Amino acid sequence: MNTSFIARNPSVLVFLALLALFTLVVTVLSEGFGIGFISTSFVKTLGKTLCLCLVAVAMDLIWGYTGILSLGHFAFFGLGGYMVGMWLMFERTRQIVVNSLSDGVLPPTPEEIKAAIGNQIFGVVGSSEFPLIWAFADSIVLQLAFVVLVPGLLAFVFGWLAFRSRVTGVYLSILTQAMTLGLALYLFQNASGLRGNNGLSGLQNLPGVTAPQATVSLWFFWASAAALGAGYLLVAWVVSGKFGSVIRGIRDNEARVRFLGYSVESYKLAVFTLTACIAGIAGALYYPQAGIINPAEVAPIASIYLAVWVAIGGRGRLYGAVIGTAFVSLVSSWFTGGQAPDINLGFYTVKWVDWWLILLGLSFVLVTLYAPRGMSGIIDLMTRKKGEDR
Amino acid sequence: MKHLFLAVLAALLLINAATAQTVSVQDVLQSQRELLEKSSRKTIAPAIDAIASSGLPQMQSVLEAWQSKNMWQRKADGLFFLATKNDDGTYALQDFQDGAPRGNAIKKDLKQLKPNSGIRAMIATALVQFQLSDPDAAKRRAALDSIARDPEAAALAPLRASIEGEVDADILARKTRLNQLMTMSFDTDTTARVEAINAMAGDLSVDFRGTLNPLLATKMVITDADTTPEGNIASKLRPGTEALAPLAAYEALVANGLAPALTTNDARDALLEANISNARIAGVPVAQLATEAKRNEVYDLLVDNGVAPARVTASSIEATLDKHSFYDLYLEPSPQVTTAAKAALAKSQTRVSVSQAADLGLDALSLASIYFLAAIGLAITFGVMGVINMAHGEFIMMGAYTGYVVQQFVPNHTLSIILAVPLAFAVTFAAGVALERLVIRWLYHRPLETLLATFGVSIALQQLAKNIFGTQARPLTSPAWLDGAWVINDVLAISYIRIAIFILALLFLGLFLFIMKRTRLGLETRATTQNQRMASSMGINTDRVNMLTFGLGSGIAGIAGVAIGLFAKVTSEMGDDYIVQSFMTVVVGGVGNIWGTLAGAMMIGGFQKGVEWLNPSNTLAAQTYMIIFIIIFIQFRPRGIIALKGRAAGD
Amino acid sequence: MRSLLEVSGVTVSFDGFRAINNLSFQIGSAEMRAVIGPNGAGKTTFMDIVTGKTRPDEGRITWGDKSISLIGMSEAKIVQAGIGRKFQKPTVFEDQTVQENLLMALRKDRGPLRVLFYRPAKRDLARVDELADEIGLTDALLRLSGELSHGQKQWLEIGMLLAQDPQLLLVDEPAAGMTPAEREKTTSILVEAAKTRAVVVVEHDMEFVRRLNCKVTVLHEGAVLAEGSLDHVTKNQDVIDVYLGR
Repeated sequence: MNTSFIARNPSVLVFLALLALFTLVVTVLSEGFGIGFISTSFVKTLGKTLCLCLVAVAMDLIWGYTGILSLGHFAFFGLGGYMVGMWLMFERTRQIVVNSLSDGVLPPTPEEIKAAIGNQIFGVVGSSEFPLIWAFADSIVLQLAFVVLVPGLLAFVFGWLAFRSRVTGVYLSILTQAMTLGLALYLFQNASGLRGNNGLSGLQNLPGVTAPQATVSLWFFWASAAALGAGYLLVAWVVSGKFGSVIRGIRDNEARVRFLGYSVESYKLAVFTLTACIAGIAGALYYPQAGIINPAEVAPIASIYLAVWVAIGGRGRLYGAVIGTAFVSLVSSWFTGGQAPDINLGFYTVKWVDWWLILLGLSFVLVTLYAPRGMSGIIDLMTRKKGEDR
Repeated sequence: MKHLFLAVLAALLLINAATAQTVSVQDVLQSQRELLEKSSRKTIAPAIDAIASSGLPQMQSVLEAWQSKNMWQRKADGLFFLATKNDDGTYALQDFQDGAPRGNAIKKDLKQLKPNSGIRAMIATALVQFQLSDPDAAKRRAALDSIARDPEAAALAPLRASIEGEVDADILARKTRLNQLMTMSFDTDTTARVEAINAMAGDLSVDFRGTLNPLLATKMVITDADTTPEGNIASKLRPGTEALAPLAAYEALVANGLAPALTTNDARDALLEANISNARIAGVPVAQLATEAKRNEVYDLLVDNGVAPARVTASSIEATLDKHSFYDLYLEPSPQVTTAAKAALAKSQTRVSVSQAADLGLDALSLASIYFLAAIGLAITFGVMGVINMAHGEFIMMGAYTGYVVQQFVPNHTLSIILAVPLAFAVTFAAGVALERLVIRWLYHRPLETLLATFGVSIALQQLAKNIFGTQARPLTSPAWLDGAWVINDVLAISYIRIAIFILALLFLGLFLFIMKRTRLGLETRATTQNQRMASSMGINTDRVNMLTFGLGSGIAGIAGVAIGLFAKVTSEMGDDYIVQSFMTVVVGGVGNIWGTLAGAMMIGGFQKGVEWLNPSNTLAAQTYMIIFIIIFIQFRPRGIIALKGRAAGD
Repeated sequence: MRSLLEVSGVTVSFDGFRAINNLSFQIGSAEMRAVIGPNGAGKTTFMDIVTGKTRPDEGRITWGDKSISLIGMSEAKIVQAGIGRKFQKPTVFEDQTVQENLLMALRKDRGPLRVLFYRPAKRDLARVDELADEIGLTDALLRLSGELSHGQKQWLEIGMLLAQDPQLLLVDEPAAGMTPAEREKTTSILVEAAKTRAVVVVEHDMEFVRRLNCKVTVLHEGAVLAEGSLDHVTKNQDVIDVYLGR
């Protein structure tokens, strides 16, 4: 019991090693630093997938370990993206505006610059005023802090209200879904101050960086890999000790944990908030690679997919969440990207663009029915570790 | 009344007969010959009056001919005729008196009367009195329409004159009402106007309020400070109050030439740029002008140098404003009229508000019916059975598409809806039974797993619908008798389709209560959900009961889909719009109680409409606030509005 | 001697049904007490009230030397104040080892942050070993508790209760479903525990109660019907009526 945390969890070490190896291989094969075997857009896809894996790890902590099926973690993911997107968009627009204004006869004043930025950013929603929430958009430090603080605060307030009134199980799931829907609808309004359904765009351009996208995409890829590694390590550490015992206890029998003297609500709230913060970070790394964020990203269906990935990978096991997410999201983009070959049945041609979601939905039903441990159940069988984490 | 009418009729006939014997159309026209020939807008009025008031019935066609430039004068004798061009280029002349032909004439011998647009308008006004008494009711109505559309003082006298002879009760009522409205605006007697206004005070109709509003129109008048303007003063405006922003007041001064224009930043900068010499402005290097303060400072230097007008800014206008007083003057000169109009309008406004509140209430009620309709199937599967079916929204969608498909084969909309309802029930019942047998059966008492599996089904069904019907919204047309609305007054109206949905919701409530409380299936369902083992040991086939109950809930969702499809777009994603709301309705209301679902639907519908009313431009925000409200509501009543109590409700 | 727990005049009703009716009850700080009564007498509801799961409509519940009121305190706070409860059905965390179960129950700071950084000290592990020995599960320490037999789970749960080091133990039907040998063991664990703290045992089984050899409180229709030694109460005519029907 007194041995170190890593020694007790060799799977963490294996995962980190594999992640490092994967990062190295991608770098060597990339266009930016290597032989150019992997295209820049695919590097971005891989980087985005790593971010999705990170939010899936958070999802596994809240769902697989604590037993709270949150249908709202993609809302936190999106909020993280919005927070970093605000700075990216503001700063980039500012540089463009300063450039164009400096051609004038008189040197531009700060007011002129601000008005011009406002016009550029909010012109699409028929405004040029800066909404209050953009007050700190010029500060990268504050906006990066918001990446963690805003999802964390929302999760804290929502969680405090929900857990305090002892909403549990499916009721809580539905409530989190309602929260997500509420946030998405709010963001869809032009009056939200975040450009309504236009969302924030041009996020792939780092202000002041002249390096080509091939290079920038690798930076983000590395950052995503590092974040995933750190997040995995953190979550693995959290679930390894007595805290892990308590939250698994909450998952299995909430009332019993309460009668052991633990304040179940505080634990749930802590985990809910922590995972929201992780989701925020994942989102902040994801959207600069995607280039654009809009309210549709926050829609309830996205959070449902997150649950699907974790379930297919196998919840209650961190590597399961990662495997499921990587597999399903990559296969999904392969199918929906139109690369998968169509199947000609003679009388009907199965176009995967149309049929992939049906396949996914049905396989999800099958996994729920017949393989509740998901894909990681297979790994368990191979390594003969029967239910060590559960 | 009848006697009076007969007397008037007799008198009219007598007058007509008398004049017809003594004066002919041509006589009247000849008496105005000079004015007609001159054809000037300034002088023509007496001629038109003479023609119109001659009392000759033929004068209507004379005026019409004149207006449409068909009245010609024979140069030889100066007589006026109705002329129509023949095929050979000559003109056929007709007497106005009896329409008798008076031979042909070539164009050279004739002179056409060409009234300009001003005269034609005057003719049209004169014509109204004839049209108002035209034997053809349609023409009378058209004349009333045209007056009502654009009321003019000149139409008031003919309108009044025509009231007496009106035989059609409906048109008489319209004439009386129009007379009353026009009296308010155009009567020369102030007392009559005030009386007319007071008589209708509080009326809800749009035309009444439309008549009063122009009476209360104002214009802003600027005077020197402490001078009161002539005229009917509505109010004194103080700059800086809500009624008049200082900047707006100043702009009014500028527009009246009472003050110099504000120096905008653009104007300032243009002047600065115009005064650059050697990269300096007034001795200051241009590069230093990177703040607003510095630019203002340098501009002031230019002012001192006399090359720029003094800078007028938003902060320096106060002194100028103090030198003037601002008043709102009524365009209507009579204070009695404006006072009465104001009071009458206020009274109407109060009643309009009441009606609007009722309208809002009805809106909320119909929204609540929709939520209830969408949620009632869920009240069975989730509320009674405790099964979380995330594909419930897709069952609604399937029902709506069933309706659409039926309409492709049955063009009669009434018949197709009648067919669609049982068909939609059958389709979704079957789908529900299949879902229960294949998936849910294995997951009873594992609600989170049920939720996940039905998500999968929902994703698949949505995509399947997309593959079959495409992404475009499909129309589900309601029968013609459901179009239109029940109009209670000008403010309050409710469309028939909403009434139909309300009735449908009531029917479903009744159906639910009947099935649950009065049928064997209801009894067995309740027994099964309360204690499955006990129920099966009593000989209830719980498997079959679960299957049928789930099918029933799904089938009702299908019927709800048909109803919802009638007013909402039918798309593959329509289920998403209802699933969260439906669950909220059931949860907020209190799980396991249909009255709770009803109360939940009422509360959510009412709240949403209330927020929309407070912030009408933004229905998206209303939904966000609604969700926040629900989250807070659950703090106080975690088990919903109508909660089961006691240990039975425990976990 | 002052009583450790004092319940006075407590009433609870569910939808008009009075589950507990003006109930009063005291127990001293190192005392064993058996609570018996027919089905629906309010035994479980009584425990629910003391542990904060159910809030009484009226009445007072005071606890400890300082006579603090337990009404309105959260379940977790009541446990931390020193009241442990064992449920009717053995509920241990089956996915976790016996050691983990016991460590979780050990009397330690229960705040999330302290728990997060908690790593078991030697002293704690020694205490766990000691407890395991007490409940006879030393050999099973690293086994998943889900693999234990029914009786072992019951003991583990009692062990977890003892690990909390409570001043008052509420035990709901500990002997249900046990073999005679297991009962013997359970009795001795409880009797041992009652030497240092108050123990309330709710039980149906008269034989088991007799073996506990303690004061007995008989509940009926939510109120105390009789109190005293087992022999005393079994001679009480009211009790006989209730148990045998009138």
